[in-house]
Amino acid sequence: AAAMSVNADLRRERAAATFQPELLTHILDGGPERTRRRKEIEALVLNDPDFQHEDLNFLSRSQRYEQAIRKSSLMVMKLREYGIADPEEIYWFKSFVHRGRPEPLDLHLGMFLPTLLTQATPEQQDRFFMPAWNLEIIGTYAQTEMGHGTHLRGLETTATYDPSTQEFILNSPTVTSIKWWPGGLGKTSNHAIVLAQLYTQGQCKGLHAFIVPIRQLGTHEPLPGITVGDIGPKFGYDEMDNGYLKMDNFRIPRENMLMKYAQVEPDGTYVKPVSDKLTYGTMVFIRSLIVGDSARSLSRACTIAIRYSAVRHQSELKPGEPEPQILDYQTQQYKLFPLLATAYAFHFVGAYIKDTYHRISGDISKGDLSELPELHALTAGLKAFTSWTANAGIEECRMACGGHGYSRCSGIPDIYVTFTPSCTYEGENTVMMLQTARFLMKSYTQVTSGQQVTGMVSYLNDLSRQRIQPQHVAARTVTVRINDPTSLVEAYKSRAARLVESAAKNLQAELNHRKSKEDAWNRTSVDLVRASEAHCHYVIVKLFTAKLAEVSDAAVHAVLTNLCLLYALFGISRNAGDFLQAGILTSAQITQVNQHVKELLAVIRPNAVALVDSFDFHDVHLGSVLGRYDGNVYENMFEWAKKSPLNKTQVHESFHKHLKPMQAKL
Amino acid sequence: GVNPDLASERQTASFSVEKLTALLDGGTEQTRIRRAVVEAIESDPVFSRENQYFQTQNERYEAAVKKAVHLQKKMHEMGWTENGPEYKYIYRALSGDVAFLLHRVFMRSISVLGSDKQIAKWIPLATQHKLIGSYAQTELGHGTYLQGLETTAVFDTATQEFILNTPKISAMKWWPGDMGRSATHTVVFAQLYIHGKCYGIHPFIVQIRSLQDHSLCPGITAGDIGPKMNFEHIDNGYLLLKNVRIPRENMLSKFCEVRPDGTYVRQGSQKINYFTMTTVRISLISDEVLTPLMKACTIAIRYSVVRRQSKLKPGEQEAKILDYQTQQEKLLPQLATAYAFHFINDYLQELFNRGYREIQRKNFDMLPELHALSSGFKAVITQHCTAGVEICLRACGGHGYSLLSGLPSLYTKILASCIYEGENTILLLQTARFLIKCFMAASAGQPVPPSVTYLAAVKHGKCPAKNKLDFLRADIYTEAYQHVAVRLTSSTAAKLQDLIQSGVKKHDAWNQCTVQLVQAAKAHCHYIAVKNFAETVEKLETKAGIQRIMKHLCDLFALHGIFSNTGAFLHDGYTSAAQMDMVTASYLDLLAVIRKDAVPLVDAFDFTDKSLNSALGSSDGQVYQRLYEWAQKSPTNQMSPAYERYLKPLLHNTLSKL
Repeated sequence: AAAMSVNADLRRERAAATFQPELLTHILDGGPERTRRRKEIEALVLNDPDFQHEDLNFLSRSQRYEQAIRKSSLMVMKLREYGIADPEEIYWFKSFVHRGRPEPLDLHLGMFLPTLLTQATPEQQDRFFMPAWNLEIIGTYAQTEMGHGTHLRGLETTATYDPSTQEFILNSPTVTSIKWWPGGLGKTSNHAIVLAQLYTQGQCKGLHAFIVPIRQLGTHEPLPGITVGDIGPKFGYDEMDNGYLKMDNFRIPRENMLMKYAQVEPDGTYVKPVSDKLTYGTMVFIRSLIVGDSARSLSRACTIAIRYSAVRHQSELKPGEPEPQILDYQTQQYKLFPLLATAYAFHFVGAYIKDTYHRISGDISKGDLSELPELHALTAGLKAFTSWTANAGIEECRMACGGHGYSRCSGIPDIYVTFTPSCTYEGENTVMMLQTARFLMKSYTQVTSGQQVTGMVSYLNDLSRQRIQPQHVAARTVTVRINDPTSLVEAYKSRAARLVESAAKNLQAELNHRKSKEDAWNRTSVDLVRASEAHCHYVIVKLFTAKLAEVSDAAVHAVLTNLCLLYALFGISRNAGDFLQAGILTSAQITQVNQHVKELLAVIRPNAVALVDSFDFHDVHLGSVLGRYDGNVYENMFEWAKKSPLNKTQVHESFHKHLKPMQAKL
Repeated sequence: GVNPDLASERQTASFSVEKLTALLDGGTEQTRIRRAVVEAIESDPVFSRENQYFQTQNERYEAAVKKAVHLQKKMHEMGWTENGPEYKYIYRALSGDVAFLLHRVFMRSISVLGSDKQIAKWIPLATQHKLIGSYAQTELGHGTYLQGLETTAVFDTATQEFILNTPKISAMKWWPGDMGRSATHTVVFAQLYIHGKCYGIHPFIVQIRSLQDHSLCPGITAGDIGPKMNFEHIDNGYLLLKNVRIPRENMLSKFCEVRPDGTYVRQGSQKINYFTMTTVRISLISDEVLTPLMKACTIAIRYSVVRRQSKLKPGEQEAKILDYQTQQEKLLPQLATAYAFHFINDYLQELFNRGYREIQRKNFDMLPELHALSSGFKAVITQHCTAGVEICLRACGGHGYSLLSGLPSLYTKILASCIYEGENTILLLQTARFLIKCFMAASAGQPVPPSVTYLAAVKHGKCPAKNKLDFLRADIYTEAYQHVAVRLTSSTAAKLQDLIQSGVKKHDAWNQCTVQLVQAAKAHCHYIAVKNFAETVEKLETKAGIQRIMKHLCDLFALHGIFSNTGAFLHDGYTSAAQMDMVTASYLDLLAVIRKDAVPLVDAFDFTDKSLNSALGSSDGQVYQRLYEWAQKSPTNQMSPAYERYLKPLLHNTLSKL
């Protein structure tokens, strides 16, 4: 298979591209130097025989876990051997080793160690950090319980301080309080940072973090008082031992509470932490990773679907002519190109949040938290918006590959099942949208009371100026030029303003009818989610448009401008009702928008393959027979299938066990 | 005992659950028979599905074969026959988790496409399971577009045989169920060549495995196509033919025959055959598409009244998540969709039965309409139901992601229905072709079939609703749907004509309009579904509160469709901006109303716990206990070979030596 040349269709597609894909790759990576380094690290992993293994699709769950843990331990050693320490470079290395999949040490490296660094006292760091760094201690982060996830205050695990022995007694008082889902908890970890309600001197002091040993060092057997195990099979995450943890009067020394901020003194006196806004920083960072992950997962799915659509020929467009590439059908372009544009949009949004976070993290450490609330609110919504969109988009890509998309060899099922939990973890998406909405409502109230707001919500300031005319904000006619991204940003801005205002008014109306604030909020929450979505959508269009100005190469600029236009116009087409209802666009303009979307499909068509090539996914990382760079799809599907476990023997044993006896009897 | 949070939901039902179940089944007698079948199947341990989430592909396959064999015995024992009233409930009771489903397709294709002589020869053999059949149509390179298939069957007059070949890799048969490991015979679709001339696609019976030792026959390469998103129990297979010779009698020849001298003869009308293919699309809706959505709704809604999260009122207990408007807005429209499509399925079944009677009387007038309806509704129903199951899955948060919730496997199974029996986009374009044709005919004053007569009545009025309550009137919203369907069809027809008149070639014009054509076809089906739901509600008996709750669901189904697609209704000003606010208000009000009956409405689907096979959806609501106990049975908790092999060296400090 390796000796095969590149499929003629793909060769033709690449030759016809109007721009150089490498230049676009550099933009996505953040400069040619970053691209070079990424490829260098990629080569380190891909050329390393230690990281080779059988196709994971043919392995059982236990076998996949085993492969993952084998690779993870090698990975930790090699990272140190190569001296790779930059977080982004570690991320690349890890994602090449595990091919974009989760791995059992994820929480040890991503949560346990960082939490020790940020929340442990120097004394605690002395005790735990080096053993954890050297993997004598493997830890996880046990927050979610069977009964509670995103709503943290509802967690039920208790840690009761006993001053007589200077210990905390940990308990899982109900079935619902059993820790459930933490990665690496089931089989891998021997320690966990456990989040529990702290009780001291008879009072509940809320959630605090405790370092809890759960397995005996040496034998790895669960400690007395600890019940721990794997939560069973899931949609994806086969290589991860998501676990459960039940504690029964399990005692840990006082010094095991993470006490950099809050403290419990030997006599049980509780000392409050200084500020709780600091945790915002971590959340912003993790959400920026999810936005980036939305972009990457959708890019992978687009790469597969678009290359396959250039290779597959089907039916006829013109009577008597050979079967056309399915990418030439308008319906196929309409499924895939808006997603391609979305993937690019999300890349730029992810980069923006990361940059903003790095820019202000200096301020954060200096104690200036002024920009943090807005960023926190914005990233909640963007996390939800991008993960929802990518989730649906990956499925559309799979469906666009027809029957073969359904085979595991397409790689898209795996992308989907690995990605889809991000709609839930790190904050359930609907709850995230409502967090953003809370910020929007607060900003709206500020504006109506005469204050100015800044940042991404500053368009709300226009509302007060509008107040002279008692109409919808957006009822003023904006002359929207549908060929101009800047003008489209304005249209999105008007839509967001209109939906924020409408949600705020509905909320006020509910408040006037009812007494409870919570009830009014709940009865407006569908509107509030819509407002948040519109706000996020505006931010994304704005950021994509702003990115265009930074692109110097004319050819790349042209192709990105078309993608940006497609992204903005497709969004209008899909949400035409919002723009019509607010009077931002007329029916005639919507018809023009719909028409222009279709024209853009044809314009983007010649660059489609080059645009996915620019994402620069290596075949090993892509893990897809349909999306191979060389396009030799059918031959390799056959080769792949021959390795299936059902094909291990020519006659399956069930023939002798069941079929033959039945045939003999009848 | 039953979780009090779930029990309390049942005490306030506004209607009789048992009566609604009977309505869904089509009568109390049907309910009784169905329950008896379910009971017989579920009490038999061989049919248990409890461990399926823990099993490998090989284990699932073996269990499915075992069940298929055992089913023969069971049917004999129970006195069930293929023509009896119990038969249609067996598959539902097994949740489709059984092998040899293609064996039936094999038999049906012989009955439909074979000559009397062929039927007499093959059907008894198949009935007695002397052979196991499959159906090999799809190839690696071609699916829905049948004319593109590349397998060849060349007639050799000298030996009176057909020589079958897979001339290139893309011509390999790929996907047929039961073919990878089980089948001994299959119906192969191939391009027929006689004396160098191609006569198009024809069906041939080909033996692929020995009846003695199950080894592959000479010239045959076959195997399993490898892991998929679901259907682990089915050995979807590949088949490569190399100079495989079969006797002339093995070409199914009801409609076309090859004489010994190579003369090709066409006989009879293919239209009945065509009708049968169309029927298959409708026949899969109930078991393969509606049942999974109904199960998913049952699981997600029951779980949403058991799960409590965060507080709605300070100082009170945490609220059931179904009390959150956003959760209602996710789940209740899916529930309404399940009911809407249940009734449209009844409507289609009836229409097809009528069509069948007409066709037997040699009246083929209904065929184009039936074809358009079956294509369009197959696409629309599978798409909506698939999306609905996924919404249910995600509405269950983290626990929905566990296989033990039952939701991931419902999802991965139902989504295959969007592809098999015709890819949805292509089917919608077929419906659109029919719509455009009918629209042109209607505009020219010619008669058109009943389901599209509305296209002739193009009106340019405005929606007459004056307040939000007006949008709870079926005539108001049905008319709005009709208006959108007419507008989309007529504007697309006009655009097609414009393009053609401006010199664009017909096929290019068609391709340039396909995005709009798809929208028109969807709007047409949506309109008919709303109209049919409203008419069904009208006819329901008013007793026992059933009509009232069905009316609410019908309103919700209709308003949800408008709410999710406001642009289509606002376009051209049929609905005003103010009216759209009324729609939203009525829609959100309905959520709170239906919320009260949500659990009784899923109880009425009458799924047993065994058939749901879900820790989250069981009828007693003991979610957490069940999840905990079930997880402990996972094989991953019984052994951990990775510890000795990898973890131990890791923990014992290989790293600190660095």
